[in-house]
Amino acid sequence: MNRPPFWLKPAVHTALFLPLLYLLLAWGELLWVNPASDRLGYEPVERTHNLLGLWSIRILLLALAITPINRLTGWTPVMSLRRMTGLWAFTYAAAHLLFFLTLELDFSLVALWNEAMKRNFILFGLAAFLCLLPLALTSTRAAIKRLGGRNWQRLHRLAYLAGIGACVHFILRVKGFQLEPYIYSAILGLVFAIRFMPSRKRASRASRLPA
Amino acid sequence: MPIHRRPSWTLPEAEATQEAHYLDRRALLAAMGLAGAAMAAPAAASTDVKQLAPLKARRTIATAEGLTPLQAVASYNNFYEFGLDKSDPAQNADTLKPSPWAIRIGGLVNKPFTLDVDRYIAKASLEERIYRLRCVEGWSMVIPWVGVSLASLIGVVEPLSSAKYVRFTTLADKEQMPKIGFPVLDWPYREGLRMDEAMHPLTMLAVGLYGRRLPNQNGAPLRLVVPWKYGFKSIKSIVAIDFVERQPLTSWNQSAPREYGFFSNVNPAVDHPRWSQASERRIGEFGKRDTLPFNGYAAEVAGLYRGMDLKRDF
Repeated sequence: MNRPPFWLKPAVHTALFLPLLYLLLAWGELLWVNPASDRLGYEPVERTHNLLGLWSIRILLLALAITPINRLTGWTPVMSLRRMTGLWAFTYAAAHLLFFLTLELDFSLVALWNEAMKRNFILFGLAAFLCLLPLALTSTRAAIKRLGGRNWQRLHRLAYLAGIGACVHFILRVKGFQLEPYIYSAILGLVFAIRFMPSRKRASRASRLPA
Repeated sequence: MPIHRRPSWTLPEAEATQEAHYLDRRALLAAMGLAGAAMAAPAAASTDVKQLAPLKARRTIATAEGLTPLQAVASYNNFYEFGLDKSDPAQNADTLKPSPWAIRIGGLVNKPFTLDVDRYIAKASLEERIYRLRCVEGWSMVIPWVGVSLASLIGVVEPLSSAKYVRFTTLADKEQMPKIGFPVLDWPYREGLRMDEAMHPLTMLAVGLYGRRLPNQNGAPLRLVVPWKYGFKSIKSIVAIDFVERQPLTSWNQSAPREYGFFSNVNPAVDHPRWSQASERRIGEFGKRDTLPFNGYAAEVAGLYRGMDLKRDF
């Protein structure tokens, strides 16, 4: 695998931190500088919750797209981004869940459980988060060694389930018939299709690509 | 035999100006270079509240609760014909042309007529009423509406005894509402009330808020306001009011009957299948407050539903 260019990781880290930074700055402004600020609209709680959820889905799709991008383009340095995008997706998902838990459920895990049992969209969202949690916890080199490469890889297939859970969560959440969650689902489908294309076909396609 | 005088704001069918003529007139004004001059005067239509014509109204219903700031009322809207984000309607609804505007009122009535909204606003004795608005999504506002009791208009058309429900229809014009190209709901947006709900003195037709004509994003030029029901019942930019015998099909009920009932009275005891309705966030506040049965109007309206199972007929 050729070495990734020195700027690649810092650039992607920065890009994936920007939405969160924006939210943090906007909340700082709202709480300490200008309580009348409308940067987050007139329902900042709802908007923040939605944005955290949206970005966790977007970044999770990006994380799932990295292997397929490598397959299609043959540009191996992209693989060096897989762990960090996954961790960023987890970060946004955790913030999304924490925000819900704090502002809607008064930090009660019992209430969260009851909500999940009662409402399918919360169940799917929570399941997606619970799929990501062990992946975040085993994201270190030491964990890979401890688990052994094969087991680690098997465990990390949970990322696919997380992607499905997140998309279903979004589809079930919106009111009326809306396009956006289906666009994300379509991207997920595309990513899966490329990822699981039979390798023979993959090989022949790869051979047609310029080196 | 009683003699009925037609109020001056009713238009017999034959007198109602055809849309083509409005368009001609607008083109003519533009050609004469008068469009610019007309802009400076208070407007009958705009998304910017400050430009809208002021209305004279006497306050009849108030509340001790603080008003939701005008800026929030006019920029945090659900009006899917102009986009799905709360900020979309304020940004996109300038394509709506609420003046002139005609509303066809008919169905099972003795005296169907077409209402000329501009003329009606000029003639009607308007009231200001401060109502709570509770959205089915779990947020709420306190809004000073300007308008009239729906009952006053119903009196003019003289519904037949067979009329049991009222059906309201929103405009669905692709030119003015570009976003209806996508079927979020089955357009046009439709809502309905039972006759006794429609006749209730709290039920209002609003033509303004905060002392001015309605901003486009708030449902210009004329909308329904039913303060004890979830906000989506308060249908916007109405073009037709029909008196019917059977419970009409309403848009959200049709789209997800398990989630949005025909009545949709504010009820903290009946959850939306996807979220609790026990509490709400008042726009401008961080914490949540308890939601009140019938949005705090139980003393006035609970009697309408006596004997009904509100968990079943939600």
